[in-house]
Amino acid sequence: MIPGSFIYHRPSSLDEAVTILAANGEEARPLAGGHSLIPMMKLRMAAPEHLVDLAGIASLKDIRAEDGVIVIGATVTQAELIASPLLAAKLPIIPETSLQIADPQVRYVGTLGGNVANGDPGNDMPAVMQVLAAAYVLRGPSGERRVEAVDFYHGAYDTALEPGEILTAVRIPLPPAGHGYAYEKLKRKIGDYATAAAAVILTLEGAIVSACAIALTNLASTPLLAEDAGAIVTGSALDAATIRRAADAARAIANPAADGRGPAEYRRDMAGVMVARALAKAHSRASKGA
Amino acid sequence: MTDASQEGGLAAVSVIVNGKRIQRFVEPRMLLVHFIREELSLTGTHIGCDTSHCGACTVELDGRSVKSCTVFAVQANGAALRTIEGEANADGTLSALQEGFRQMHGLQCGFCTPGMIMRAGVLLKENPDPSEEEIRFGIAGNLCRCTGYQNIVKAIQYAAAKLNGRTFQEAAE
Repeated sequence: MIPGSFIYHRPSSLDEAVTILAANGEEARPLAGGHSLIPMMKLRMAAPEHLVDLAGIASLKDIRAEDGVIVIGATVTQAELIASPLLAAKLPIIPETSLQIADPQVRYVGTLGGNVANGDPGNDMPAVMQVLAAAYVLRGPSGERRVEAVDFYHGAYDTALEPGEILTAVRIPLPPAGHGYAYEKLKRKIGDYATAAAAVILTLEGAIVSACAIALTNLASTPLLAEDAGAIVTGSALDAATIRRAADAARAIANPAADGRGPAEYRRDMAGVMVARALAKAHSRASKGA
Repeated sequence: MTDASQEGGLAAVSVIVNGKRIQRFVEPRMLLVHFIREELSLTGTHIGCDTSHCGACTVELDGRSVKSCTVFAVQANGAALRTIEGEANADGTLSALQEGFRQMHGLQCGFCTPGMIMRAGVLLKENPDPSEEEIRFGIAGNLCRCTGYQNIVKAIQYAAAKLNGRTFQEAAE
């Protein structure tokens, strides 16, 4: 499969990239790892006339801690997320999720920015960003703005990103030390998108859950922050009955398509199973202190 | 200007391939696998699924394994590339991995083998003494429709043992 023709740009600064993108509007696309965009181009589902390769922009490649926030550049790859000592210590849900994305070759190339900006409901990081209360930094011709991960996704491949804008970084407020976390993903095989998946971040105070966020992957046209399910868990001791109620609350908002991964009823049921498993794992990992 | 190297719609791609510097002018839409096979006539890198699933087109790009069907040749500009043609030892003898695939019967039809060996090479550089589970996870992006993977895993174990100065005991099944 051969993609359509395009003009290739490889700017060395963000300003230059934004200028090229803005000048070409809908006809231009940024290229990060390309493992979502290039397959679409090969199928001619995407045919940008200008491709703006972000690989030459050094400022998009770092992971750093900044005043209670972890900032991850858009072109940091999944393999780099897995290898980061900072993330292993402070945000272990991120490497846990990266390891469940695609396969080794794809993880060397696929980026966090591409995963969150593409708007594919099958991408795993958007739900994780929602439970982490992350904000996306968007840079356009008129400057920089931030959009919360929970507000970013409007529909399949439809996001808050405007033509001419680049998602440059993800900003994640540090969750409390000792927080519990889990990303549970049911898939048919390595490399597949989720049949159903759930992200959980929770904090314990003694035996009581003082805060809990739950989000779902590939169970609707956008990632879903399961606010009711999170509220059911918050304030509880996370007994079996509470886990069941939270799982049912997640099932209630899931609206999966029937596809090769199974009928909608099955995938909705699995949404609850993934939430229950993620809650149990996050609970077991949370420190009982404080 | 950023696309100054593009002349008549062609872009310069300068790469070091198996230790040799090579430059070509190609259409930006040319995929790396086509660049390797058609521009460089290195046909050991195979096109299997052409959808980044099967791993037959795996090559080493700046020390990482990539599926060359899902990378544009222009993205590799300035990089060092290694293909199966660069796998054998300098004196022409088989590398540890090649020897492992032969001794352990790690291939049947051989179509996936170049991708398997390229992937396994990076795996062993990053993890010189992997467990069986780590090998299986590490080659999860490479599909084989013949072997059932058992002897591929053994071939990689054989190579790891050899590179670590040990002898791999288990016989091929």
